[in-house]
Amino acid sequence: MEKLVADKDYRVASGCAVVGIMNQDGKKIDGSAVISSISVMRERSNGLGGGFAAYGIYPEYAGLYAFHVMYKTEQAKGCAENYLNKEYTIEKTEPIPTRKIMGIDSKPMLWRYFLCPRGGNSNEEDYVARTVMHINSGINDAFVFSSGKNMGIFKGVGFPEDIGHFYRLDEYSAYTWIAHGRFPTNSVGWWGGAHPFGLLDWSVVHNGEISSYGINRSYLLNFGYRCALSTDTEVIAYLFDLLSRKHGLSFEVVAKILAAPFWSDIERMPPEEKDFFTSLRIIYGSALLNGPFSVIVGNSGHMVGLNDRIKLRPLVAATSGETLYLASEEAAIRDICPGPDRVWMPRAGEPVIGKLNDRRASSVVSRT
Amino acid sequence: MAKRPVLQDFVVERDESRCVACQACVRMCSNDVHSYDPETNKVESDSAKCVGCHFCESFCPTKAINIKRSASQFRENANWQYRDIANLVKQAETGGVLLTGMGCDRPYPVYWDHILLNASQVTNPSIDPLREPMELRTYIGRRPDRIQWTVDSGQWTANKKQSSSIQHPASSIQSLLKLEIPIMFSAMSYGSISYNTCVSLARAAREIGTFWNTGEGGLHPDLYEFGKNTIVQVASGRFGVHKDYLETASAIEIKIGQGAKPGIGGHLPGEKVTGDISRTRMIPEGTDALSPAPHHDIYSIEDLKQLIFALKEATRYSKPVGVKIAAVHNVAPIASGVVRAGADYVAIDGLRGGTGAAPLTIRDNVGIPIELAIAAVDTRLREEGIRNQASLIAAGGFRNSADVIKAIALGADTVYIATSALVALGCNLCQKCYTGKCNWGIATQDPYLTKRLNPEIGTQRLVNLLRAWSLEIKEMLGGMGINAIESLRGNREHLRGVGLSDTELRILGIKAAGESW
Repeated sequence: MEKLVADKDYRVASGCAVVGIMNQDGKKIDGSAVISSISVMRERSNGLGGGFAAYGIYPEYAGLYAFHVMYKTEQAKGCAENYLNKEYTIEKTEPIPTRKIMGIDSKPMLWRYFLCPRGGNSNEEDYVARTVMHINSGINDAFVFSSGKNMGIFKGVGFPEDIGHFYRLDEYSAYTWIAHGRFPTNSVGWWGGAHPFGLLDWSVVHNGEISSYGINRSYLLNFGYRCALSTDTEVIAYLFDLLSRKHGLSFEVVAKILAAPFWSDIERMPPEEKDFFTSLRIIYGSALLNGPFSVIVGNSGHMVGLNDRIKLRPLVAATSGETLYLASEEAAIRDICPGPDRVWMPRAGEPVIGKLNDRRASSVVSRT
Repeated sequence: MAKRPVLQDFVVERDESRCVACQACVRMCSNDVHSYDPETNKVESDSAKCVGCHFCESFCPTKAINIKRSASQFRENANWQYRDIANLVKQAETGGVLLTGMGCDRPYPVYWDHILLNASQVTNPSIDPLREPMELRTYIGRRPDRIQWTVDSGQWTANKKQSSSIQHPASSIQSLLKLEIPIMFSAMSYGSISYNTCVSLARAAREIGTFWNTGEGGLHPDLYEFGKNTIVQVASGRFGVHKDYLETASAIEIKIGQGAKPGIGGHLPGEKVTGDISRTRMIPEGTDALSPAPHHDIYSIEDLKQLIFALKEATRYSKPVGVKIAAVHNVAPIASGVVRAGADYVAIDGLRGGTGAAPLTIRDNVGIPIELAIAAVDTRLREEGIRNQASLIAAGGFRNSADVIKAIALGADTVYIATSALVALGCNLCQKCYTGKCNWGIATQDPYLTKRLNPEIGTQRLVNLLRAWSLEIKEMLGGMGINAIESLRGNREHLRGVGLSDTELRILGIKAAGESW
């Protein structure tokens, strides 16, 4: 392994493959389908990164935060565990199960912790988010890459299908699967830099480059988000967290902030709507994501697909019964769902939103 | 000691083979450089009086005149240069403070020329502004951190709720200044510039969809119709400030300082205070209009807060109230204080900002370059989490569209231009604005001179300038793969420095050329 956390300052622009599968009834499937789907788009990756997010995989620990952490050194592990022990009650500590796979080598130490914060915190999620940021920017060679409840992110350097087998994803079942195959253009591959990027139960996979990165990062700093990784994907995750969780905006509105309609379109809207969108752009101009992207964002109850405002990257959506599919290419959907009810190309800036119909049915812990 | 001969800055060369002694130059020159001798039927020139405005050269019907720098040279001396000696001589003769006009002309580093822009290649497509929308619209003023409207089930029908987090009943979003391009005309008072210049600026602002600024000279009654595109100033002299003046404007700007003369107030020599000006400024004709150095009701930040809110109260919170300060060493904390005092925008005027009249030594030695000030202020406001609360307007020597786009990438919401606008109207930066003898009809009140500036043509030239710059800005934005100006604002990732020290790079918050993301 070349690097683990040493490259935290590296910003990664990449071309990639993305897949998202969500059963909106909360029915779970194992990881083999998503692995098969992403492997169809092998051309779109170059073996320098692959990863998955899976929702609903830890029902027995559904009330606890599941931290997935990678370490480069024993010392880093000691440091991070000391810190976690002080601040959290740790229910369970274990290595993340993996299997030996040709092509996946020099892996970091991969551990997972099921934990909850000690003491009463008025805002538990903010507290956990700060912990993640503290470890990722403050402790060398330690990197928390998954920190949500009843969900997990699995990622590393390699082709995504190999990463999937490596993490034994066929042994997990989830109602939402999100996958990513990476084609980094200006970075040595490093495990932490693979997608999905996660914070709390957010996960983001992203194909594209965010040209507005500099201002998005400064804007987030205003609200206390420190971008430790300097990847544009991190910015997307934090923006979703800020706009959706903290500002309480619906995904429809969040999409209209991140991929804002043009002024010329706003001018043609009815007065109320025009007022609303004008205010939205005035207030959230610095959160506009500019540059080419297709992105899939997940949390416990949702999966959202979104393109940039002039659709410079591919994204296809399909439904079959209660299952929503998103992918860079239609072939990846038809591989696992040969006869979808509907297939369409979402328009620029038009979000595709999957929602869990009855969240209790899927043993998802309701979010505060 | 004998009286020293007057040093001459320029030499007027007359091509005798072309000159037909039509005497146009004699009539043109307000500095009486040219004179006609009927005995010889020749036009003579007294080069010592020439200020180098190039008006006669531009309009000589036979192209017989050529204005050059004085050929007379002193012995080379790196320490005692021509201008040092010339200025010393003037002071020895007059015992006065040296006056000048326009912005600092000393060779301090121009950081714009050490900053390079980015463009997309391969991984990120550039966007063609001729084929795709490219948005420059900018809003100026205080805005809340979050939208307070709730949206019902997919409908964009909004339920307006007044925010409780806003400390003061701030001006609503609807009152923000809407700019179609991120360039406004900076404050130049009626008095320092002519009526026709004001008209040209106001009309151009209206046509382009931006704003012009009255400066501290009040607003001529004929120009009230441009209120929707007008920012009015309230300066320490309070010239021309009254109810209608405040109500007509789209925004009010409290002028604390000016880049050309930080620490001192505006000076309008009595020669320029003619009839209409005295009425607009509400002062007697022919009196010097000298603004006090500080506002005598602002001796600290809380006093500024009172004035901001007095003006907001006076206009019933219907419009933004901004504050203009000069870029001085402590500009970042000062700007932070100004924002916290309730200003809806902070305008910062850098070292190279222009003036109609300022002491030479102050213009050339006080303040800091605008580039560093923008970066320092933007960084500071972001660190304090208050950058959203106010807009940042940068001023002071923007020469072209590249300077503008670099300023925006450093963190400015928009820029103010004034010198560039005057150059578009004919000015050649002779720096004699304070004499009131501007041959181009810009910085003068002499009716014989002011009529030389046709406001129709002036408007067209200013509109052309802004349009040309906005086209260039769109090209550069598209090249970076960005289609809305707000995505470049404060986006210093798109800037790289060349030939700068580590300290300068740190203050500018940019990487060195050659460093990737």
